[in-house]
Amino acid sequence: MSVAHPALADHSHEAHGHHDPGFVRKYIFSTDHKVIGIQFLATPLLMLMVGGALALGVRWQLAFPWQAMPILGSGLFAAEGGQISPETYTMLFTMHASVMIFLVIIPVLAGAFGNFLIPLMIGADDMAFPTLNMLSYWFMWPAIFFFGASFATAGGPNAGPAAGWTSYPVLSAIPDAAPGSGPAQTLWLFGLTFVGVSSMMGSVNYMTTIINMRAPGMTLFRMPMTIWGMFITAILQAFALPVLTAAGFMQLFDRVRLFGMGIHTCFFVPAGLIVNNADPTVGGGHPLLWQHQFWFYSHSAVSIMLLPVMGMVSDMLTTMCRKPLFGYKPMVYSLAAIAGLGFIVWGHHMFTSGMNPALGMTFMISTMMIALPSAVKVFNWIGTIWGGKVQFNTVMLNCVAFISMFIVGGLSGIFMAAVPVDIYFHDTYFIVAHFHYVLFGATLFGVFGGIQYWFPKMFGRMMSETLGKIHFFLSFAGFNCTFFPMHLLGIAGMPRRYADPYLHPYLEHLLPMNQFMTISAIVMGFAQFLLLINFFGSIFWGKKASRNPWNANGLEWVAPSPPPHGNFESVPVVHRGPYEYSSPLVDDRDYLMQTDVLPLKGAEA
Amino acid sequence: MAKSWCIFFIFWPTLALAVCWMAPAWGWWFPGDAASTLGARIDDLFYLILIIVSVVFVGTHVGLAYVLWRGSSFNEPKALFTHGSHNLEVIWTIVPSGILLFIALYQMDVWADYRVQSAFPPEAVRAPVAEVTARQFEWRIRYPAPGKTLQLTPQPDDLYTVNDLHIPVGRPVMIQLRSDDVQHSFFVPMLRVKQDAVPGLVIPIWFDSVRSDTYELLCAELCGWGHYKMKARVVAQSDANFKSYLAELHREQFDDGVPSAATESSEAAETASKSE
Ligand code: HEM
Ligand SMILES: [Cu+2]
Ligand SMILES: [Cu+2]
Repeated sequence: MSVAHPALADHSHEAHGHHDPGFVRKYIFSTDHKVIGIQFLATPLLMLMVGGALALGVRWQLAFPWQAMPILGSGLFAAEGGQISPETYTMLFTMHASVMIFLVIIPVLAGAFGNFLIPLMIGADDMAFPTLNMLSYWFMWPAIFFFGASFATAGGPNAGPAAGWTSYPVLSAIPDAAPGSGPAQTLWLFGLTFVGVSSMMGSVNYMTTIINMRAPGMTLFRMPMTIWGMFITAILQAFALPVLTAAGFMQLFDRVRLFGMGIHTCFFVPAGLIVNNADPTVGGGHPLLWQHQFWFYSHSAVSIMLLPVMGMVSDMLTTMCRKPLFGYKPMVYSLAAIAGLGFIVWGHHMFTSGMNPALGMTFMISTMMIALPSAVKVFNWIGTIWGGKVQFNTVMLNCVAFISMFIVGGLSGIFMAAVPVDIYFHDTYFIVAHFHYVLFGATLFGVFGGIQYWFPKMFGRMMSETLGKIHFFLSFAGFNCTFFPMHLLGIAGMPRRYADPYLHPYLEHLLPMNQFMTISAIVMGFAQFLLLINFFGSIFWGKKASRNPWNANGLEWVAPSPPPHGNFESVPVVHRGPYEYSSPLVDDRDYLMQTDVLPLKGAEA
Repeated sequence: MAKSWCIFFIFWPTLALAVCWMAPAWGWWFPGDAASTLGARIDDLFYLILIIVSVVFVGTHVGLAYVLWRGSSFNEPKALFTHGSHNLEVIWTIVPSGILLFIALYQMDVWADYRVQSAFPPEAVRAPVAEVTARQFEWRIRYPAPGKTLQLTPQPDDLYTVNDLHIPVGRPVMIQLRSDDVQHSFFVPMLRVKQDAVPGLVIPIWFDSVRSDTYELLCAELCGWGHYKMKARVVAQSDANFKSYLAELHREQFDDGVPSAATESSEAAETASKSE
């Protein structure tokens, strides 16, 4: 059923009269937000495979300690006879986390979906600063290069970076402190800095675009939740990132010798420390300073890695349930609350660090309070499904997985927010379980759904439902079998970042369980090839998609699939919010687009 | 098909509950009941939160399963047209915030007793048993000579061991925790004690052991490639045994086999420490 709509009256794709910019400007150094968005999607998808391979290395060691790893081992750890040494093990989990957080989750949300969706959903023809936008993508590559180079130092006399993604000094700040704290750590810091620069350029752009370039009628409270998520994320990034960038430079200055002299700035290193027979340190810095700075950013990064996908899931869920969003305004306020409270909870990563115990109490209260808006969101999502006409397609399945996994991750957070309990759980596998439930279980499943949902808009073709469902099934089952038992490992007191936990008798009996988890992880890892096949295959062979394949309401579905340069044939005019599904105002269909003018013209054929 | 997906989404939470229910019986649980008084209170808190969280987990998943199941057999042409409910929003904001605040306030004093120094048991503070210094990749322990109290700086008659901390059983003890190089963390799972050792800081921590036993001590903060092998033990023993352990240590460290020289050197050490 096609709907006549003023915005669609003009079907000429050349309506904007843009001249053809040539292949390189069009597809490589493009300033078109859609191309940049797709670049930002494809790169993290490939990085996901890299990060996944690293994780399998970690898992291999935990299941079959000190045994040669098949397939990957001969390539990655050839020097050690395919076996993983403790130095390599530390490097593996450091790189795994760095790749997944900085090169997959952060860029895939703000970079890919933010770029692609913001102009389309608010009815703009592009971002406010298209060139800055292009740069934001291309600054990812130095980051990838430096992380890669840091990893590659492992082949030389030094080991790869080995201070964990959290890079706590003193370990990271003194080159002699560990084999991996040499050049590898410096390169790692460069990588981090470039990720920051890239995010910052994106963030400025998103804020400006969302504030300035909304289509006529698109008031703030008519914006889709995705846009709210992106907007709040952008603000968060703008405030939190400078702290990390500064901290990164401080650590860099701590490490390098300035002007050939042994001057280290010692921001994070107390005086008189002799590490591994190196010269004693001068000047009194403090290692906790880094932790405060790092977590001030990195807890906000937790919201950066979640808020956009919360928005996206709200949008997908309403479409797939054919129902308005339950409690739109509470949903917006709770997003803002998570972001706002997110600034004052960083200390919950430091309960056992030795900071002032009174701080522990305040951070505990703020952390408990941040669980509240999270709970409100969950209730509203369930409310949204309630009474809906649920379409059980791949998009919906991934959204339900998101909700269910987010509940688990949020609830495990409560244990750790309780300081006394966190004394026991801190730095055990309980933490590992917690953040994989939120980052993989929630965010990544939301992203899988988002890819399936917006793919037709990106490429004009549908992704395969069958492949999508198989991928979902294997990922979900594999995910839960891999990560749920980690809660129990944590309760059993198994510390994280141990190359060989079984050295300690009280952990010996956990080996079979770890083997089960590793096998599940391998299954889950291979399932991701289905996603790649589905993604890249559907670009060429997918079923052709119409403008609005899901019968959704948002502005992005008004534009052709894929939208031409400049997006819309004419400026869309917005008359209502994005969630008017099953509205009684129309009777022959169950959706009412944001641009529809009532009464709908002539009962269309 | 839709119904089988509903069952799929009911299956996993149910499995999770079943596994958690069985976990203690299968040994996938705490390495044992907490062996310290504070540890027992931490365990109680854990179980309290576990109950609350389980109720919420079951409740939300039953709700989720119910709305999915209804949605899968929805026959009318249009879904329910509603934008939400003010009353519900108020209820599900106030009730959880009450519960969360309760959890937060309820556990304050456990934390205070554990970490706030003015709340430390005075007898433990008066005579710290030992100084524990973490370094790559071992724990160095320094006891004061029998009958003396621990000084912040090493004394000539101090007693040293590596990876072996002895404490008297049944009463609170305090140690001074420090690090020689990078960060480490003092973790005794059975006692539910964990505290980072931070270079440049001397951090006092107290704990007790309610029974005579030997516990694993390990490192819980990444400190380099050998992080996993900072394996040590904490031995809790009766006062008498602890005293004779220290005496034995003293004999080992200051007795070179020649009786007269031994007394001389320990006397010399004593005079040296007195004159300081
Ligand atoms: C209900 C809300 C949440 C609460 C109460 C909560 C609480 C906590 C606490 C207390 C810790 C520190 C534990 C420790 O190290 O001892 C922690 C760690 C962590 N959380 Fe959450 N959290 C919540 C939601 C989230 C979300 C939504 C994300 C991500 C999207 C997330 C990601 C992480 C990560 C990555 C870490 C560990 C980082 C590391 O040590 O490597 N959390 N959480
Ligand atoms: Cu946090
Ligand atoms: Cu360690």
